[in-house]
Amino acid sequence: MISSFNEMYHNGTVRPPYARLEDWTKAMPAELRQMKQAEAEALFRRIGITFAVYGEGGDPDRLIPFDMFPRVFTGAEWARLERGIKQRARALNAFLVDVYGRGEIVRAGRVPAQLVYRNEAYEKAVAGFVPPKGVYSHIVGVDLVRTGPDDFFVLEDNCRTPSGVSYMLENREIMMRMFPGLFRENRIEPVDSYPQLLRRTLASVAPVKCDTEPTVVLLTPGHFNSAYYEHSFLADLMGVELVEGQDLFVEGEFVWMRTTEGPRRVDVIYRRIDDAFIDPLCFRPDSMLGIPGLMDVYRSGGVSICSAPGAGVADDKAVYTHVPDMIRFYLGEEPILQNVPTWQCGNADDCAYVLANLGDLVVKEVHGSGGYGMLVGPGSTAGQIAGFAARIRANPGNYIAQPTLALSTVPTFVEDGVAPRHVDLRPYCLVGERIELVPGGLTRVALKDGSLVVNSSQGGGVKDTWVLAE
Amino acid sequence: MLSRTADNLYWIARYAERAETMARLLEVGSRIALLPSSGTGYRSEWDSLLQASGTASGFARKYGDPVQRNIESYLFFDRDNPSSVASCLLRARENARIVRTALTTQVWDAINTAFQELRSLERRPRSELELTQLTEWTMRHTAMLRGAIDATLLRNDGWDFLNLGYCLERADNTARLMDVKYYVLLPGIDYVGSGLDNYQWTTLLRAMSAHRAFHWAYGGEVTARKIAHFLILNPQCPRSLIACVDGLNTHLDRLARGYGRSTRAQTKARAVLAELTDGTVDGVFDEGMHEFLTRFIGEIAAVAALVHDGYLSGDVR
Repeated sequence: MISSFNEMYHNGTVRPPYARLEDWTKAMPAELRQMKQAEAEALFRRIGITFAVYGEGGDPDRLIPFDMFPRVFTGAEWARLERGIKQRARALNAFLVDVYGRGEIVRAGRVPAQLVYRNEAYEKAVAGFVPPKGVYSHIVGVDLVRTGPDDFFVLEDNCRTPSGVSYMLENREIMMRMFPGLFRENRIEPVDSYPQLLRRTLASVAPVKCDTEPTVVLLTPGHFNSAYYEHSFLADLMGVELVEGQDLFVEGEFVWMRTTEGPRRVDVIYRRIDDAFIDPLCFRPDSMLGIPGLMDVYRSGGVSICSAPGAGVADDKAVYTHVPDMIRFYLGEEPILQNVPTWQCGNADDCAYVLANLGDLVVKEVHGSGGYGMLVGPGSTAGQIAGFAARIRANPGNYIAQPTLALSTVPTFVEDGVAPRHVDLRPYCLVGERIELVPGGLTRVALKDGSLVVNSSQGGGVKDTWVLAE
Repeated sequence: MLSRTADNLYWIARYAERAETMARLLEVGSRIALLPSSGTGYRSEWDSLLQASGTASGFARKYGDPVQRNIESYLFFDRDNPSSVASCLLRARENARIVRTALTTQVWDAINTAFQELRSLERRPRSELELTQLTEWTMRHTAMLRGAIDATLLRNDGWDFLNLGYCLERADNTARLMDVKYYVLLPGIDYVGSGLDNYQWTTLLRAMSAHRAFHWAYGGEVTARKIAHFLILNPQCPRSLIACVDGLNTHLDRLARGYGRSTRAQTKARAVLAELTDGTVDGVFDEGMHEFLTRFIGEIAAVAALVHDGYLSGDVR
């Protein structure tokens, strides 16, 4: 296995942002640690933070494991990440406005036409429509990994409805409750303004026909959804109604919600359901989740939908490879954050290389997410690799491959003390009238020794993520 | 407030109250079963309980003959039985989970703790669990939920919808429990006033946790007339029909004031209250207790339907 960058211990010394944490762990006896861990778990269970795992049929009230050892960034490290993330969020939105408009980037030959116009996520229904403030993706989740002190790579972009931000907020809340001393000793930037910023962002993209203080709602698929907790949590913190499709209807030029006092107009919908399900008249006719006629109101400026329908074309794993080019093309800047080198199996030369080197690569489905349907070459058996090779040959265009990155590690509490475990990072960038990024994000950690898969659906956990004030 | 949120709150209360009634019914059953059987009418008291709770056909399909242990399981644990204590508590909790943010931590805790404990009860062998333990457990948890609601919730429209659920369900359940005793349990008209009759009335009072209260209020012999007065017309009794309907009116009026408009539910509830206020025991017995209770259950259902149309359905204009 490749050796990884340890974010706390580097070249035999403790890196400065972690300086105070060393004493903290050393001063914590095993019993206290177990007690604190149990306390944290009880708090999570009580608050009701659970995560249903698809395809396991298991406990719908399962908790995502929370690791108490925080992950720390210096102010300077964060400043650079922030610039890079905001730059990316701007470029992605510029790309979306462009491909639903004149398609300059395609005409210029920088992005292949079929990648855009024959993409499953390209919504012909919104071609020619520019959403308020020219924003398609209002919450951009940029998944980052680190391989060295100054080396960060973007693993993928999430332009639709990135989830997990409730963990960023709750992890912090619980750490502050359990270890107030740590927060006195370290100067940690707060993250709790996120819900207000999100609400302000959503309100800033109110539709043209809205002439009052906009009414914002959060649209959830319902309480059977695995992320329902997050939906209700965010709605609560923003002080907006949490609605399901059945609570909304279209009448005249507007969308209304059904209340005990009669219909009330809705101006901005922060939806946490996929495009395919939002309007059965426009997309999937069999969808029970959506609101018939919603898209007509949307296109005539009666309601805003966040993220805008069609935003998914920008976070496709094949389009991803072109993001650095987008940054140069639209912004005239050099990308601050690097992409991971990516082979497209749809391309014959790339595919041959991928098949020959499967043992060293990570292979993902182009439209996949959540760590499902992926292969981590170095951790797989010959049988698993052969099986995956057959799937790639059957449908090469559905796969991309990347080198197995030596993900950085952060100390993590394990059975017998503290040990390094691999992590990634998902910050949440808000795009409206302004671009905002709270100093923090969700750090996911692979709890199994040596594992590189951090997805909670695959046994990953979460950590509080600190940015130190300069 | 979203109509669906109001609907969820309303059903939390209805299911919690229904779970409690089911536990009370079980208690009635177990006490009455201690008496020698009369041998006529229904095959056994347990059978009549199934009839009364509207679960007889479901039970027969699953188990056949009414055997006490099976009936206990069916009415308490069985999730195939939509009215079992377990089913009601699960649905109350699911409704609460959906509107988690409209509840205080204390209310959520009360309902979630009941749910977690129920799951551990379900894992224990049935032979270890006495029925009285189970019924007391149920009443304790529903009381804690009720207490958390009263002590911690904001007195807003959501609180009114919860209370509407409680009042409607309780009115319906009191009427049904009385009807069970009066119409279903007693094998024949000759038994009116007999020892069996009185024993059953006393048991009913116990099941409503109103036994002591009754004696404080009336003293002397337990008679059908006194009990009818206590459970129908006496506003001091917290489970009496008049107390429930009075509560209904209070919360419907509050909602109408808050929203600045009256509803048909309010008009209907007022009429029902007026009838009870002017009512007498003689009037009830002239009409026939069973006939009166059947009509009352219908009136309450009508109010519930109007509450649904006026607030919960989402078609409010």
